[in-house]
Amino acid sequence: MNKNRMYPTWFVFGALLLYCVLYVLPSLMGIGLSFTDWSVYSQEIRFAGLKNIQTVFSSDYNYTHALLNTLKFTIVTTLVKNVLGLALAVLMTKQVRLLNFHRAVLYLPCVLSALIVGMIFKSVLNPRDGLLNTTLRGLGLDFMALKWLTDSKIAFNSVMAVDIWKGMGYIMTILIAGIMSISPVYYEAARIDGGNAWQCFRHITLPMLVPTLTVTTVLNVLYGLKVFDTVYALTNGGPGHATEVLYTSVFKEFSLGRYAVGTALSSVMAVFMVSVGYFMIRHMVREDGDRL
Amino acid sequence: MKKGMKRARLLKSVGVNILAWLLSLLLLTPLLLILLNSFKTSAAASEMNLALPASLEWSNYSVVIEKGKLGITFLNSLCYSVSSVLLCTLLSAMASYVLSRNRKKLHRFLYMFIVLGIAMPINFVTLMTVMQTVNLMNSRIGIVLLYTATQIPFNIFLIHSFVSKIPEDIDEAAIIDGASAPGMFVRIVLPLLKPVLVTVMVLTFLNTWNEFVMPLYFLDSSDKWPMTLAVYNFFGMYFKDWNLVCADIVLTSAPVILVYLLGQKYIVSGMTAGAVKG
Repeated sequence: MNKNRMYPTWFVFGALLLYCVLYVLPSLMGIGLSFTDWSVYSQEIRFAGLKNIQTVFSSDYNYTHALLNTLKFTIVTTLVKNVLGLALAVLMTKQVRLLNFHRAVLYLPCVLSALIVGMIFKSVLNPRDGLLNTTLRGLGLDFMALKWLTDSKIAFNSVMAVDIWKGMGYIMTILIAGIMSISPVYYEAARIDGGNAWQCFRHITLPMLVPTLTVTTVLNVLYGLKVFDTVYALTNGGPGHATEVLYTSVFKEFSLGRYAVGTALSSVMAVFMVSVGYFMIRHMVREDGDRL
Repeated sequence: MKKGMKRARLLKSVGVNILAWLLSLLLLTPLLLILLNSFKTSAAASEMNLALPASLEWSNYSVVIEKGKLGITFLNSLCYSVSSVLLCTLLSAMASYVLSRNRKKLHRFLYMFIVLGIAMPINFVTLMTVMQTVNLMNSRIGIVLLYTATQIPFNIFLIHSFVSKIPEDIDEAAIIDGASAPGMFVRIVLPLLKPVLVTVMVLTFLNTWNEFVMPLYFLDSSDKWPMTLAVYNFFGMYFKDWNLVCADIVLTSAPVILVYLLGQKYIVSGMTAGAVKG
């Protein structure tokens, strides 16, 4: 049977065209334009060498701060979400009443828009009347009622905490599926050998979950590097530049019309992410049972 | 001895249940706060607490629908989400079907090339130039095409693995019966792909509904804004009236919560695909 007649390549063209023109092309152009002086004011675009790249990594500007914040955000939220997600997944595969209700509630914030979640927490974290601080004062913990989003020392931690609140259910859901796919035979064998709950977790659950945890880690890393919505809604990079991340910087450069610096920032991240992503995608594709 | 063990087990079970409820409350309380305050007067809502509203101010909702232009923005969101779902699902299904069945070198390369998009960030600055060149700035069609393009990689990844589970004999039988490739795809393959297509549709709908960065960059006129961007803009203007902001949040989130409750099964299966073997 002729495969090309049965499975014509033109079936791919629609998806491929949109993907190339609106996704790949801008990224490639971005790398090229990073070496120019392109801005909203420029009549013609001139080659500028490594100037923008130097600007991005120079200590005179705030970009390195934004890059470092992005990395910090990625590492901290990935770690905490994985640990909490794992704890939740273990809890939510035990004999809990209304198990499906609890699972559904824990996943619920993931389907809400990050923008909406940001607005909700602007209310909850309001220093004067917010729910968190009134609760803390009610418990007599006045010293803990801080200016969560306006104190530049803790604002970034608050942003990360909100993101963890929103995203831990996602990791939990994936890990629940991972735990359910572990054969119960292992646990029975361990029980016969007199293993306790911690030993079962440490020597069966955890090692068997390593492939799944790898995937959740990489998904989280890719998400963390791209973060914009939550930060934009909660602080928009402020106070000052305390909570600036890469994509809030790019958006500001874009608004100011300084396109070359904006695109240089974007391209630095794109090169990094595609290199990291390549290995992860290969892993995901192979996990899928497909030969490539 | 036995009694002691029974007691320990009971204690543990009570502990586990209490913990589960505490966690659920931690996640539900902020949402409950929004719901309660959406029914309060402006003065009562400014305290931002969990007290029950003294009376149900349904008028908040009619005020916000009018002032926040929720009628038109709801239709915009619906238009963008439904169009993206239909276009993206169709294009992704066609592409993944052929890429999964026809494993020549070219096709294997194309699959990897497209799926790599899952990791690639969008360069909004240069994307603007491309959008200007193809005359799609500030256009509804442009936004739909953008949402379609950005979600193609993950959707192709999801459908591709599902296609390989459908036996190839079915295709051959159809071709021998004289069906053309498109005819066979529409009449035989699409129905078989239904489970994964529902997952793709639900996820694409939620993602598109919740997204606001594309309109932020590429839609200038507010009459084309989706609900998410409109609610954020409304928040900027009426930040003193938390009752109205809350009502707006409730209305904007209601569709995604509804879709979530109806399609939970499909969302979970989509989320776990690729992450868990089996």
